[in-house]
Amino acid sequence: MSVETTPAERLAAFLARTPYIAFLGMRAELAGDEMTAILPYSPHLIGNTLLPALHGGVLGAFMEMTALAQLAVITGGPRPAKTIDVTIDYLRPGRAMDTYARAEIKKAGRRISSVHVEAWQEARAKPVAAIRGHFQMPVES
Amino acid sequence: MVKPPNFIAAMTGPLNEEAARHMVTRTPQTEALGFQFVSISEARGAIRVPWRADLVGDPETGVIASGVVTTLLDHVCGLSIRAADAVPQGTLDLRIDYMRPAKPQADLIADGHCYKLTRTIAFVRALAHDGDPDDPVATAQAAFALIGGGA
Repeated sequence: MSVETTPAERLAAFLARTPYIAFLGMRAELAGDEMTAILPYSPHLIGNTLLPALHGGVLGAFMEMTALAQLAVITGGPRPAKTIDVTIDYLRPGRAMDTYARAEIKKAGRRISSVHVEAWQEARAKPVAAIRGHFQMPVES
Repeated sequence: MVKPPNFIAAMTGPLNEEAARHMVTRTPQTEALGFQFVSISEARGAIRVPWRADLVGDPETGVIASGVVTTLLDHVCGLSIRAADAVPQGTLDLRIDYMRPAKPQADLIADGHCYKLTRTIAFVRALAHDGDPDDPVATAQAAFALIGGGA
């Protein structure tokens, strides 16, 4: 990397460069080195209109994007990490309301990183879903 | 007898092609993603998602975001369970392996198979490909809770 960037700049660059993040309507805030991702409720995220509930795929995708955003915060390069695998646990129905997520990087490897993410709505202690994932780190240019 | 709304029929009634098409194309999220119904057969289903610029993960490659693949695989698992005459209540867990990036600007097709039903749980495998099912982009393994199973 030739130019030093701040974590906030790297996060903003990651969010801005990814069209699918705009499709979801996802945002993220940084407090020091702690990032909170926010998925504001929007009708197009609904998968079950009877309950109503967010689409399970949306929750999984939101948490995966949270992991990629957290990795973008700690790495300097312009390219995002790539998902190798994710295991999604669905704990409670995702209701028609805002969703939040935080990622914990369990291992930041040079080639592969392991990240856990939890998503919640009304209470942090009552997560709606969680993922564990492995990510291929971008090659530093 | 009052005919139930299409959505309820799609979610709980016998799965004919019309109900399956409704389930694939008419939920708000799948409609927003542009999902298209491909086929159903015994305990199997298939869905296509046409490539679109706003669904891309990395604009340098033009490949559909892995998050779209997640929703596609989750939905085709649900469709396969309905094609096995069971009614999914929700996903318990979903494991996805991304084998390779999809081709730039390629549509994706997902095939699902509900290979085991118990009274309470459905076990499903699915894969996503961009033309050749023998060279998948991603594979999935999932367990779903069933409605009416006392779970």
